[in-house]
Amino acid sequence: MGRVSYLDNSQVVIQMKDIVKKFGDFTANDHINLTVHKGEVHAILGENGAGKSTMMNVLCGLYKPTSGQIFIKGKEVQFSSPKDAIDIGIGMVHQHFMLIQPFTVTENIILGMEPTKGLVVDKATARKKVLELSERYNMKVDPDAKIEDISVGMQQRVEILKVLYRGAETLILDEPTASLTPQEIEGLMEIIRNLTADGKSIILITHKLKEITASSDNCTIIRQGKYIRTVKVDEVSENDLAAMMVGRDVNFKVEKKEMKPGEIVLDVKDIHARDYRNVEILKGLSINVRKGEIVGLAGVDGNGQTELVEILTGLRKADSGSVTLLGKDVYNKSPKETFESGISSIPADRQKHGLILDFSVEDNMILQHFDEEPFASKKFLNRKAIREHASKLMDKFDIRPRGTEGHPAGTLSGGNQQKVIISREVTNDKELLIAVNPTRGLDVGAIEFVHKYLVEQRNKNRAILLVSFELDEIMSLSDRIEVIFDGQITGSVPGKDADEKELGFMMAGGKKA
Amino acid sequence: MKKKKSILDSNVLYTVIAIIIGFAIGALFLLIAGISPAVAYGKLINSIFSKPKYIVWTLVYASPLIFTGLSVAFSFRTGVFNIGAEGQFVVGSLAACVIGILVDVPAWIHVPLCLIAAAAAGAVWSFLVGLLKVKRGIHEVLSFIMFNWIAFYLSNYVVNLDGIHKDGSEATKDVLSSARILLPQSVIDKLGCNVSNWGFVIAVVVAIIIWIIIEKTTLGYKLKAVGFNSSAATYAGINSGKSVLTALAISGALSGLGGAIQTLGMGGRLSQFAGQEGFGFQGITVALIGASNPIGCIFAGIFYGAMKYGGSKLSIVKAPSEVVDIIMGCVILFIAISNIFKAPLQKLFGKKEGK
Repeated sequence: MGRVSYLDNSQVVIQMKDIVKKFGDFTANDHINLTVHKGEVHAILGENGAGKSTMMNVLCGLYKPTSGQIFIKGKEVQFSSPKDAIDIGIGMVHQHFMLIQPFTVTENIILGMEPTKGLVVDKATARKKVLELSERYNMKVDPDAKIEDISVGMQQRVEILKVLYRGAETLILDEPTASLTPQEIEGLMEIIRNLTADGKSIILITHKLKEITASSDNCTIIRQGKYIRTVKVDEVSENDLAAMMVGRDVNFKVEKKEMKPGEIVLDVKDIHARDYRNVEILKGLSINVRKGEIVGLAGVDGNGQTELVEILTGLRKADSGSVTLLGKDVYNKSPKETFESGISSIPADRQKHGLILDFSVEDNMILQHFDEEPFASKKFLNRKAIREHASKLMDKFDIRPRGTEGHPAGTLSGGNQQKVIISREVTNDKELLIAVNPTRGLDVGAIEFVHKYLVEQRNKNRAILLVSFELDEIMSLSDRIEVIFDGQITGSVPGKDADEKELGFMMAGGKKA
Repeated sequence: MKKKKSILDSNVLYTVIAIIIGFAIGALFLLIAGISPAVAYGKLINSIFSKPKYIVWTLVYASPLIFTGLSVAFSFRTGVFNIGAEGQFVVGSLAACVIGILVDVPAWIHVPLCLIAAAAAGAVWSFLVGLLKVKRGIHEVLSFIMFNWIAFYLSNYVVNLDGIHKDGSEATKDVLSSARILLPQSVIDKLGCNVSNWGFVIAVVVAIIIWIIIEKTTLGYKLKAVGFNSSAATYAGINSGKSVLTALAISGALSGLGGAIQTLGMGGRLSQFAGQEGFGFQGITVALIGASNPIGCIFAGIFYGAMKYGGSKLSIVKAPSEVVDIIMGCVILFIAISNIFKAPLQKLFGKKEGK
């Protein structure tokens, strides 16, 4: 892979030994071990809810372990607060950035530990130090830019600088690539290399096996709170890692039979629309989806995907253009009308749009059909039919734990919540299924499952519009890939021979050569 | 074992604890005021339970509170906050009173007519606030509070109109007897409470209907869906604006009915108000004690009714009747923060089972 390693096996920086963390009767971490050396990139791999976050929160001093020991450079430590961990050189970069938008980069970095000259903040010194750090690791961060003006990738670098500024020797990166473009991911990998070259250690929490093999020396796998093992990344394949993580073999390749796309189902022409700030975000976008076809809409977040989906599902009104579904006009209709015309969707935000978390699982499964037979007759709900329907879907879609039909949907794990939505929308079996980031935050096992159902719908000759920020997902599922940039489709390539670099180039606004 | 867990999880336990704490704090204030809590509480309990007629009085006091409690509980369950039950109660009692005075028809038409008018008045009062919310985005709490005062002054204005006002008094004429919902005279004589009426029976029936609407019908499903998560409900094709209006109209109708029950049952006329009477605000307390459950509201309403009735007799032992308000206030406070003792209790008793 051409990966350069700066791992120095002679110096152990962090050692977590037999860490147990219980919440009431629930054991989140059950005798977890972790050893990180100087200059090492150490990946932590585990399914949703496997206990990765708990483990890292113990290491950052947020949680006190029920039992077990932590050694830093051979000395046992006990953190009573996150500050203790920071002081000893452990810094965490969270998945969701904690930056103040109108502040500059420098102001954000020094927040809470501003250098002072008398009573005033010594900004000049702070700025110099930030610039120094940025140059040292080749981060190219402008210390004077405001956060709201810089890209997500740059914001992440600011977060990394924040922990470096606080003297971190070990950096914990929590799902760092979740919202980055391929180019930005490459930039991050370079920064990780520069950091380890300088003797820093990196703990990388991720679902993405490719990133692990591309960047890590070792990988610790945990499953259901238990330590499984630590492996040298060079000695295992991605398949091995996935199997260890979920405890069974995982099929990565999405099996897809050849299909000839049929007639046009969704036809969007020349749509113009504004976003919530009243700024034009869709600038004459046209796209179509045919029967038996998965069209992947690739693009960096914020180029109009959200608005397009909102228009298609009736949540937002467009300014002009046309939308038809099998020839029927569905332009600027209500959510109910678009649904009844034949558009169902798996929304991007499952907790906001997909589910009513306080409703039971079974009630969520009839959200669009609660007033129809057999779930209701003469305005009264038929509880028995609703329960039976839910039990059937839970079996078919392997929604766990079983027997929770009557429990609030909010008590399920993220992956199972997503399965509830997918079971509902796939069962709707509409002409067009729109799936927005359908596997965001899901682990490998659940992703495999979701992909299988999307392909199954396609094989049933349904049209599918897949909107995803995961390029891998777009590439492995789509029959055709359309690239969206700045409110327009800027490129179209067949899914079969799509090239990641080329797509990334187009997603960043480059025209196809 | 399972039973124990369900008790530790149930709202009822924490409501009872909150009530006990409320009484304890009330006792503290009584001590500060130099009155023996034993005497005061003894009188309170005595004046609620010692005679059958006192119990009937309690139910008479409870009836309107059950209605406003239901009204607020229904709004809570459907995601809006009806702090305007007070105003809806007032316009409801006003509508019932006016129809009760001016329309002269047989009782079997008159009573339903008054009740329907009151429910409609309450519903419209609340619906208008809903319109402001849905069409103009004005927060319902603001408009409700203003509508409470509009209702208040409207009522005082109508009470003083010719043909309604009773000369030489501060009140309206008496409602025609055909509009009253009193029990038959023979029963009243036996019970010994001269305003014994059908209000409590009607309240219980309505509570059960509301429970069925919330739990069993597609309407309840829809309104709750919007209440819990209007974004998801809208996404699923439910018209959330319409649902909010429906929920508010039903909630308002319940308060309006409460006003009618009070006027046709206990009062028999409407007096000019000096200040807001508080039935609507007490409804918030009832809804909270009843955990926003319609059936719970029946019991919470009886509890509040008993406290109000018993409290009115406290002056006999020179105890201030305001102590009842202190107790009720503390009860609400401790229900709101019940998690504070929930966790330790579950730790204390929950741990021993299991392993």
